[in-house]
Amino acid sequence: MSYVLDSNQPKPDGLNNPENAPGEAGTSHILVPGEVDLTHNVILYLDDITVSFDGFRAINKLNLAIDVGELRCIIGPNGAGKTTMMDVITGKTRPDSGRAFFGQTLDLTRMSEPEIAHAGIGRKFQKPTIFEHHTVFENLELAMKADKRVWRSLFAALDDSQRDRISETLKLIRLTAHADHQAGLLSHGQKQWLEIGMLLIQEPRLLLLDEPVAGMTDDETERTAELFVSLAGKHSLVVVEHDMAFVEALGGKVTVLHEGSVLAEGDLATVQNDQRVIEVYLGR
Amino acid sequence: MRTPFLVSLVGKLGPSAWLALSGFMLLTLILIPASHLLLDDGHPLHISSYAITLMGKILCYAIVAVAMDLIWGYAGILSLGHGLFFALGGYAFGMYLMRQIGRDGSYQSDLPDFMVFLDWKEMPWFWWNSDSFGWAMFLVILVPGVLAWIFGYFAFRSRIKGVYFSIITQALTYAAMLLFFRNETGFGGNNGFTDFKRILGYDITSPGMRTILFCLSALLLVKVLLLSYVLVKSKFGRVLTAIRDAESRVMFIGYQPLHYKLFIWTLSAIICALAGALYVPQVGIINPSEMSPANSIEIAIWVAVGGRGTLIGPVIGTFIVNLAKSFFTVSFPEYWLFFLGFIFIGVTLFLPDGVVGLFRKLRSRFKKSATDVSVSHKEAA
Repeated sequence: MSYVLDSNQPKPDGLNNPENAPGEAGTSHILVPGEVDLTHNVILYLDDITVSFDGFRAINKLNLAIDVGELRCIIGPNGAGKTTMMDVITGKTRPDSGRAFFGQTLDLTRMSEPEIAHAGIGRKFQKPTIFEHHTVFENLELAMKADKRVWRSLFAALDDSQRDRISETLKLIRLTAHADHQAGLLSHGQKQWLEIGMLLIQEPRLLLLDEPVAGMTDDETERTAELFVSLAGKHSLVVVEHDMAFVEALGGKVTVLHEGSVLAEGDLATVQNDQRVIEVYLGR
Repeated sequence: MRTPFLVSLVGKLGPSAWLALSGFMLLTLILIPASHLLLDDGHPLHISSYAITLMGKILCYAIVAVAMDLIWGYAGILSLGHGLFFALGGYAFGMYLMRQIGRDGSYQSDLPDFMVFLDWKEMPWFWWNSDSFGWAMFLVILVPGVLAWIFGYFAFRSRIKGVYFSIITQALTYAAMLLFFRNETGFGGNNGFTDFKRILGYDITSPGMRTILFCLSALLLVKVLLLSYVLVKSKFGRVLTAIRDAESRVMFIGYQPLHYKLFIWTLSAIICALAGALYVPQVGIINPSEMSPANSIEIAIWVAVGGRGTLIGPVIGTFIVNLAKSFFTVSFPEYWLFFLGFIFIGVTLFLPDGVVGLFRKLRSRFKKSATDVSVSHKEAA
């Protein structure tokens, strides 16, 4: 199936245009249910999100837009709301107010975690979360993009192309030799890589990575940076990280969060020279 | 691609497992029935009707233990209310057995004795069609299945987990027990159903019928074991254990844990109910005490003793605990509960993976020491 985009039609002038309200397609293209609509080159858009826990505002009127294919780093001191932001995007936490869109049409605040994963958002946790009692191979098998309903799982068998995909991913994350080992026996850095591999084999459009290089050796960190840079373009990435050398190696745009909202945005050098940023974060 | 059930089984089960399975079938389907039916009472190899009933009963318990292992060992959901589904299956089939008594009861009425005793003139609506064997089997599956599904749906949707879930299931079976104790509920109050006479018109206490029920229990156990084995070795089974180990990761890679838990939970309840339906004609009675919380806890003990997440372990555990129970309740009745408590504490402290886990540990140690010996031999040479 293909849909022809009519470029002569006038396009809405931005995301804040009321024509882009959820549920309705614009006039310029046909909406496919469940498909991510990337017509405005924005894959993720957070609009005035507020989340509070017992009166404490973990996120305070946060606005953020991620472009298709972009590699964005999010930095900020502890408690700035980085992980809560990821919770909102992946459906784990519902915001008190504000909206979160994946593409133009998918309202993330109304979707469950598995629905959001199916729509194409993959998440890596701060603490590596893998299936410790399964083998490395099985971890990838479970994560692989497939029909994940009960009935299909009962009769699922791997075909050759799926096996190839798993072995490609194993090679990419350098765990080929460990394919049949129990995942719980891997080193910390290897677990991080396995989780990244599980994300990739899920074929998400947007990857959220929470401190992906924590606990990695310098060598592993360097290779991870190379991997992420090579992924940008095909995928969109949002990386939360404390390691400034790693952020520099990634080279993308940097957003600084502070007390639940955006303090500064730009490339690393600009952000590092921003007086407010130095005060709250880098100067400490 | 779908592989036929049996073909995939042949490949997956090892030769020793096939050997054990064939041995079990030979014993339960040929040797024991032959000894019970063909040998005289005085013969040293004769198996008495007491023994065959006891074994049939334990086989039914073993089926329940396997069902428990599916949800506890593989999905990490500890139910302390599985006795409820077992009892409901028993009651559903018991209704049919009560109707089969016909006019041979004490009051020579078409109504079951307890209804006459309560001065009821006609059967309550839920006894409709209860004289049909097919309808009874349908109810055996439907009632526990629907109850499990509804309960599971709300519990899992609200993400109730761990000890909270266990407590709620315990409360559920306790509430059901109180409900069934009432005469007005229509299931015989605290006496329940008993004095069964016939199944499908045949005498329920005849050696032939006892043997058939025993063989059916053994066959059901084998079928449940094979089905469970295929389930846990499928991708479905790997998702289940993944939910047990890291549920949030399962959700974030796009599986809906609710559906997976609900499927295995309902299946487990239905298996329990089938076991209950086979149990009642063998022991000849079903009453609300089957729903008592202690019964459900005992199921968990069988599984823990045998080894969680091993399928065969719960069967072994059921036999160990129940044979011990038969021995103790006859020889030292007052000490049985102390012994049961002692087993449970002992297993929790020293055998976290049960008897099967102990066996595996010993085997790997034996293998290791064997290689150690060969290594030291080489060094010596």
